[in-house]
Amino acid sequence: MSRKDRMSGNEAVAYAIRQVNPDVMPAFPITPSTEIPQMVSTYIANGEMDTEFIPVESEHSSMSATVGAEAAGARSMTATSSCGLAFMWEELLVAASNRLPLVLALVNRTLSGPININCDHSDSMGARDTGWIQIYAENNQEAYDNFIQAFPIAEDPRVHLPVMVCQDGFITSHAVENILLEEDADVREFVGEYHPEEFLLNPGKPVAVGPYAVSDYSMEAKFNQEQAMIRSKEVILEIAEKFRSRFNRGFGLFEEYRTEDADYILLIMGSAAGTSKQAADELREAGIKAGVLKLRVFRPFPAEEIANALKGCKAVAIMDRCESYNGHGGPLASEVMAALYTSKVYIPAISYIYGLAGRDFTVETAKDIYKELSDVADKGKQIKQHTYVGLRTREER
Amino acid sequence: MRTDVSKINGQSPCEDLTEGLMIFAGGTSKAFKTGEWRTSTPVFDREKCKQCLLCAPVCPDGCIPVSDGKRDDFDFDHCKGCGICEKACPFGAITMTE
Amino acid sequence: MGNSNIEIRWHGRGGQGAKTAALLLADVCFKTGAYVQGFPEYGPERMGAPITAFNRISDTQIRVHSNIYNPDLVVVVDETLLNSVDVTAGLSEEGAIIVNTDKSPSDIKPLLKGYKGKVYTVDARTISVNALGRYFPNSPMLAAAVAVSKVMEKDAFIKEMRASYEHKFAKKPEVIDGNMTALTQTFKALEPQLD
Repeated sequence: MSRKDRMSGNEAVAYAIRQVNPDVMPAFPITPSTEIPQMVSTYIANGEMDTEFIPVESEHSSMSATVGAEAAGARSMTATSSCGLAFMWEELLVAASNRLPLVLALVNRTLSGPININCDHSDSMGARDTGWIQIYAENNQEAYDNFIQAFPIAEDPRVHLPVMVCQDGFITSHAVENILLEEDADVREFVGEYHPEEFLLNPGKPVAVGPYAVSDYSMEAKFNQEQAMIRSKEVILEIAEKFRSRFNRGFGLFEEYRTEDADYILLIMGSAAGTSKQAADELREAGIKAGVLKLRVFRPFPAEEIANALKGCKAVAIMDRCESYNGHGGPLASEVMAALYTSKVYIPAISYIYGLAGRDFTVETAKDIYKELSDVADKGKQIKQHTYVGLRTREER
Repeated sequence: MRTDVSKINGQSPCEDLTEGLMIFAGGTSKAFKTGEWRTSTPVFDREKCKQCLLCAPVCPDGCIPVSDGKRDDFDFDHCKGCGICEKACPFGAITMTE
Repeated sequence: MGNSNIEIRWHGRGGQGAKTAALLLADVCFKTGAYVQGFPEYGPERMGAPITAFNRISDTQIRVHSNIYNPDLVVVVDETLLNSVDVTAGLSEEGAIIVNTDKSPSDIKPLLKGYKGKVYTVDARTISVNALGRYFPNSPMLAAAVAVSKVMEKDAFIKEMRASYEHKFAKKPEVIDGNMTALTQTFKALEPQLD
């Protein structure tokens, strides 16, 4: 039976961690994810969970210790943000290539510089090619739900890859909102116990993890890792379906909000998706067919599925909360456009950059973007790619 | 998942490799005869050796077998000929030869 | 006010409890069955620097995740902010502003850049010092926000706040009554100004 409560996104993730009660959690604090290890430590101190919490001296160490614990056979996780994730870089790749099903609760925050504590997706987007599954949340509810699904996805024998559960720093991590929580027993039953087939502390069944590989083996190993990422898509969908039938909510690879007959679609991830839905509703009342495609799973990238969902619309705005510094567009836009092209869906698609380093994204801003899409689709307005939303320029003044 | 890794080699197809290239066996370095890399070889002089055993722990490859408190001749299957043992011996009982 | 969808903006200084008041308001409104949002705007601010916090209270699910630019109610926890912050920016003329000050609404109105909506004042310092012996403006300002916005009935609010304080101050029960007095005194002090 679901229970109505109210809490912040960080509280929601900490609550889910308590319910899952993983074996090991090494962590190092960094804004805005600091509350997560703080709250977990409190749960442990109060005897509400028995996770082995390891205070380490850096994120390089927290991910190293998580990798080590997971390889040893313990269900392991950590939490971080921004520069903390950057400092884990090397180990992120080690975790994925060693096929360790650990979980990272990421609270998205921009990367320097300028130094800033607020939300954008540059941290997780920077880690997009490290071999991790990435799942994004619109609100505290989805942060909670996604965390509960993370271990079952990661630990599935078809996958054995680490999962990054992302939510928007401050915007959801520090906002108190309504939430539906599930009973401890139901969550534990859903997640199940962890019984790895192969692990280091397994007497009589020796195993070496992460050996050096010469070129004869490395390319095949990387290909195999990519196959696991491809297979993870069906597992993510299965787990999402299982979650939905059990708890009556949730989405698969993405949420399609009023897209079925939409002329104009905003493709977006994270907390700004809700704001965009509000804009779409208001425009629908004025007779404008607006819709939102909220991407939940960025890795594996659902290329064909996205192209299929977009093929009926007149124009799509692809919203990146991250700059790619490539002179071409945001990372999400680059991948979506490639997906459209390879699926032969030739619709106008515009790359927008929004919300960098906590710049606010409002209902009015979303409406302006829909307006521009209609100008492009219906009035033949010249597409200006790689547009910064709400940027101050001399021209704008 | 546990497979006989001795059947895997540099020509194996990707499907036959283990997940994350995990090696499901212990002490597999024994099977790899690195002794063939040796260009300089230590010679052990039993007459000069006082069995002080300073040489055994400094060998990076564990190629000086010790039993009942006494060392034996080198394990040439794995000795790479680095010469550290020669430097460690106080009695000139080890000599490197080409 | 008292409609089904209210947006509130709090102005305070770091350390005064404006963020806590916004979170408490979300908390107490949640208990009436409402959909709530309570969140601060974060920056490099430290104690004493101007900070902003927000509330959305609604009878339907809240999906918008932006700051609030056209609030129905503004609560100013520190009077000195009137000089440095445009506290009435975007504030609905049908709405209201509550200022923590010992002055009257007619004294404060000229400082509000021509704002034509309702102005309420609460002397949170006197109420807090009398009730608690120290200056904690957030309890009186929280009560004032509820009294003016009518997001919930006074009696229900008092009941829920007692439960909340009993939980929060389980190890400091001596401050529960003081805080409750601060809340009821605020309602009483505001009575002449309310319709």
